[in-house]
Amino acid sequence: MSDYRIEVDRGRCTGIGICESMRDDRFEVDDDGTLVIHDDVVDEDERAEIESIVLSCPASALKLATVVG
Amino acid sequence: MTRLVVVGASLAGLRAVESSRRAGFDGEIVLLGAERHLPYDRPPLSKRYLVGEAEADTWRTEDEIRGELGVDLRLGVAATGLRPADHVVETTDGDVRYDRLIIATGASPRTLPSLPDLDGIVTLRTLDDADDLRRRIVPGSHVTVLGAGFIGSEIASSAEKIGAYATVVEAAPVPLVRAVGDEVGAALARLHPRNGTRLLLGTHIAEYRGERGRVTEVVLSTGEVLTTDVVVVGIGAAPATTWLEGSGIALHDRDGGIVCDETLLTSVPDVWAAGDAVHWPNAAYGRTMRLENWTNASDQGLRAGANAADPEHAAPYATVPYFWSDWYGHRIQFVGVASDEVEFVSGGPDGDRFVALFTDGDRVVAAATLNEPRKIMKLRRLIAERGDRAAALALVNPELVTKE
Ligand SMILES: Cc1cc2nc3c(=O)[nH]c(=O)nc-3n(C[C@H](O)[C@H](O)[C@H](O)COP(=O)(O)OP(=O)(O)OC[C@H]3O[C@@H](n4cnc5c(N)ncnc54)[C@H](O)[C@@H]3O)c2cc1C
Ligand code: SF4
Repeated sequence: MSDYRIEVDRGRCTGIGICESMRDDRFEVDDDGTLVIHDDVVDEDERAEIESIVLSCPASALKLATVVG
Repeated sequence: MTRLVVVGASLAGLRAVESSRRAGFDGEIVLLGAERHLPYDRPPLSKRYLVGEAEADTWRTEDEIRGELGVDLRLGVAATGLRPADHVVETTDGDVRYDRLIIATGASPRTLPSLPDLDGIVTLRTLDDADDLRRRIVPGSHVTVLGAGFIGSEIASSAEKIGAYATVVEAAPVPLVRAVGDEVGAALARLHPRNGTRLLLGTHIAEYRGERGRVTEVVLSTGEVLTTDVVVVGIGAAPATTWLEGSGIALHDRDGGIVCDETLLTSVPDVWAAGDAVHWPNAAYGRTMRLENWTNASDQGLRAGANAADPEHAAPYATVPYFWSDWYGHRIQFVGVASDEVEFVSGGPDGDRFVALFTDGDRVVAAATLNEPRKIMKLRRLIAERGDRAAALALVNPELVTKE
């Protein structure tokens, strides 16, 4: 079984917030435009949904990395 | 084998391809694009790319598109006509047969018939346009932007950052009224003079003067003469659908946009459409609209791709519109569809930070923010859930809730 981890490239993220509009329990843009990820671990069940959020980021700032566990 | 053809290799077209594959479509996919470039992101063209801070952003390499997505990618090929009875798209490279078709040709800049044929009068839509503009806007150059819309305003802001002198000339007394209403349009307009750009409202360009075929001056309706090295015409965009005229696809009377149903199906069987070119009934607002923003083109592309992959389970597309724009380091964000009832509920029209709510009776239908990135998506959700003014106020000003 492997889990996945959401990674954000801070150099690319511009705080546009599309990710937050799709899952506001996981992603939240802060007052100064910084993205906060609440709980970055993703299991198999959520993988497809988080992948579609990764694809939806206009800045291509998100990545879903595999964590061998 | 079933063949899906997608016309327009940009945001909506690429998303449609990705999503049809994800929905299990295992037939052939042909992606046609008029530009020679791989699909790339447009918003940076007036922002970071224009000032030279970023390189062109292509989402996927050619190998990924051809290999992983299994796409027959044909760049530099434009569709010139459609014969639905034969299931054929006519192109500059011959006829292409389809079983299912997605049209994602977007929009092209509007121009004016009265514009003279002078070098230096340009528009900005494509990467090639941006490369051209990058060569023209240099430190010390004089830039005239015709139209104070979002893209024109971003160009002025980028020109300022480069060290050029920008003047924005707008015919309307207040800019951006159709998108954000009078009050917010006026508040945003003030960002220009506060950041060193001259903004002239209620003004138009009466005459263009050139030397040796190149624009050098513009004469304004006020009689003032401006020295200029480049005039950027930023008066909006119109659906790129002239190639569909007479094909049988229903086009909108006013702007030639493609008329779709709620599942993004056009008036012709087996043909869907997505992106800036589309009018469709948006159930979130109970009315038909056409949007020109990134999020909509991406989401419509995803929906059209899934629907074309599995037409029997086609689902409707509805959205609370969202767009952003960056001027002088300030982030403008807008969610919803503007109404006439608007109030600033945090900050004010003269500051560098505000939240404005648009209501229809008690219901919140839209929100505009300046430099309030934490609030906007929460407001989008509230609007999608048909939240009322009191709930929005509590969200925007949580510290006031207990005091009231
Ligand atoms: C400079 C600029 C800045 C922007 N900034 C923002 C922003 O900050 N926020 C935001 O939300 N939105 C922004 N947008 C809008 C956003 O980029 C568009 O909404 C989005 O690109 C629309 O995607 P689309 O795929 O529908 O159309 P397009 O991106 O226009 O793509 C259509 C493609 O189809 C091709 N094509 C056209 N006709 C044919 C044909 N006959 N045959 C084959 N191919 C054809 C075109 O060459 C083009 O590549 C900006 C747009 C521009 C131009
Ligand atoms: S959508 Fe992308 S750019 Fe926007 S906040 Fe999320 S990660 Fe950052």
